[in-house]
Amino acid sequence: MQTGRHRHPDAGSPLELYYVQPTAMDTELSHAFHVFLSMTAIPPRTPRETARIYLDANASEPLRPEAEAAWLDASRLAGNPASVHGAGRAARDALETARETLALLFGARPAGVVFVSGGTEANVLALRGLGAGRHGLMGATEHDAVRDAMPDAQTLMVAPDGEVDLEELDSALSRHGKSVVALMLANNETGVLHPIAEAAKLCRARGAWLHVDAVQAAGRLAVNLADTGAHSLALASHKLGGPHGAGALLLDPEAEAALSPIWRGGGQERGRRGGTPPVAAIAGFAAAARAAIGARDTEQAKLGALRDRIEAAAVAVGARVAGAGAPRLANTSCLVLPGHAALTQVMALDLAGYAVSAGAACSSGKVAPSAVLRAMGYDAAAAEAIRVSLPWNVSPPDADGFIAAYQALAASQAHAS
Amino acid sequence: MRVVAAMSGGVDSSVVAALLHAEGHEVIGVTLQLYDHGAAQGRKGACCAGQDIHDARRVADRLGIAHYVVDAEARFAAEVMAPFARSYAGGETPVPCVRCNQTVKFRDLLALADELGAEALATGHYVRRVAGPDGAEMHRARDGTRDQSWFLFATTRAQLARARFPLGDMPDKGAVRACAAEFGLAVADKPDSQDICFVPQGSYAETVRRHHPEALQPGEIVDTNGLVLGRHDGIARYTVGQARRLGVADGRVVVRIEPETRRIVVGRRDQGRHEFYLNEVNWLIDPPAAGLECGVKLRARDDVRPAQVTPDGCAGAHVRLATPALPAPGQACVFYQGERVLGGGFICRDHA
Repeated sequence: MQTGRHRHPDAGSPLELYYVQPTAMDTELSHAFHVFLSMTAIPPRTPRETARIYLDANASEPLRPEAEAAWLDASRLAGNPASVHGAGRAARDALETARETLALLFGARPAGVVFVSGGTEANVLALRGLGAGRHGLMGATEHDAVRDAMPDAQTLMVAPDGEVDLEELDSALSRHGKSVVALMLANNETGVLHPIAEAAKLCRARGAWLHVDAVQAAGRLAVNLADTGAHSLALASHKLGGPHGAGALLLDPEAEAALSPIWRGGGQERGRRGGTPPVAAIAGFAAAARAAIGARDTEQAKLGALRDRIEAAAVAVGARVAGAGAPRLANTSCLVLPGHAALTQVMALDLAGYAVSAGAACSSGKVAPSAVLRAMGYDAAAAEAIRVSLPWNVSPPDADGFIAAYQALAASQAHAS
Repeated sequence: MRVVAAMSGGVDSSVVAALLHAEGHEVIGVTLQLYDHGAAQGRKGACCAGQDIHDARRVADRLGIAHYVVDAEARFAAEVMAPFARSYAGGETPVPCVRCNQTVKFRDLLALADELGAEALATGHYVRRVAGPDGAEMHRARDGTRDQSWFLFATTRAQLARARFPLGDMPDKGAVRACAAEFGLAVADKPDSQDICFVPQGSYAETVRRHHPEALQPGEIVDTNGLVLGRHDGIARYTVGQARRLGVADGRVVVRIEPETRRIVVGRRDQGRHEFYLNEVNWLIDPPAAGLECGVKLRARDDVRPAQVTPDGCAGAHVRLATPALPAPGQACVFYQGERVLGGGFICRDHA
């Protein structure tokens, strides 16, 4: 029973894997809940023979110990940061310390840090809050969070290696008056970096807002709002080893003044984002960012070496690496294996004990051909790619084990989708 | 063994996964996403997955087995929905479930099983697979009212060899539901699925209209002498043997559908025929060159009728019924010997 991922530390029976024990309220429970409770009849789970190796960091990084400690510490704070009493002050202190930490780490002013629920909300808040009345422009490989926030935006083509075409950006900027531009720093599927500093210069010269989705880059590259020249930057806690449920929108002073909230609620976050912030998750977020940035050079060197080893082995069995020629993240490989459907690859690797991902999984879990690869000019191959994204704590044996599993997969009978 | 379980999210396939898991097999749950549920229900912005995929995943979570959702939308549209509409437009009455079993279920899921190193494919069909002297045999389910063998005649012998139907021996649906409750599956009380899964609220005509609007254009209802008796609002609304929607109250039924002229021909119910041809015949025995006496079933809920079936060409067959009937082109004609399924084919229109 060691594999139950929902297992509570105090759980004594399989029943407690998922659900609380029945209480005196039992008599009032619905029939459906009784069915739930009857699950003691479930046969014991067969323990998994294979070790589970997690290589899907771009979906979510494993929690860093520093983040876990800070998260747990702050979770004991009872107060609401908006309250006037001592408990409230303690919660506010934790919240503001996290804000100042993140501001320092990412080159923003503390007043320019707006805490939100995660990367999607940071992107949506920036694009709606700064984009009203402006012409929208976005890279063709942007995340769904951005595409959905700017449904009418004009798409900027990317080169076959995934980098945005700056000339096209400049000509689009020159044709439209005030624009809002969304570009990601590092792509979630390929790790390819856009030339953000150059794009920011063009945007500033034309009076456009530049919003940068830095969710995948933060903690892995030097990310600094002031240095990039962007007006706003989106961050997500769980993408750099913090808890889920927290993120931040970083604003430069100009954007700070211009941002209008999506909802104001109780006026939290200086009226820019209503709702009581998850103080503990935010404390874990700041601790994770500090740990990631502190260890960045060592970690990224290690990840880059393992990634290169994996890519060399993959290429040797017939794979192509999407975006290989472009500057990109050290931890991300997008491997196209001709003749092997992406989902089948993910399934086979999962069954072999390796967690990787394919394309953009929708909430149903089905895998659609990668829109990112399509934008890069891949056709059928867009449905034959998997993403291997190495987490901060990956070990060389993990990478070697993956290589063996991948070689077995490549040797198996191709099943074109 | 490692086995792929096709999980629809309904109670039957959920119990299949639970039973195999309880027997100690490594079960890999796979749910096919066949069409966009949000669009099918006319709800804009609804998730493509719908409740059934959610239910299947929760059952897999509960059992602690791997589960994947496979996007089979494009293939389902091309190999099941489009032929369904085309068949109606051609004056036939299609059986989309047979096509679905043939293509996205058995063919594609067995290919997937191969890639995943799984030996078998298990489904929640009510049919029995019996080991025989010449390999696996297909037999009717123990519960005759639930028997789905007619819909599975096109399963090839190679596919049957690797198929598993754990529900074939269940005494009735109640036993399956009790089993689900015993396993603690929340789908135990889930209602049975509707007839055609991709047709919301049973309006298949709209599905046909989208692909073949001509199949829903008005035309004439005539008798066998060509005398016009009335009008109809689309040949796709009729099947051979049908008595409704004819505007005649004398017991006459549809005996023929003529897509070229969009005419529905009515005649007396006893004006059936003795002989007809089948195409795409699948044999679950060695094809009997000289033909064989067996029972045939011409519709899902029909009785078995005595007949002589003779192979004709490489994938055809000639059927001679002992007593005349009104076979509907496009429907399946499945051959039975007692409980055993010997094969079957699709009823042809051309040799009428």
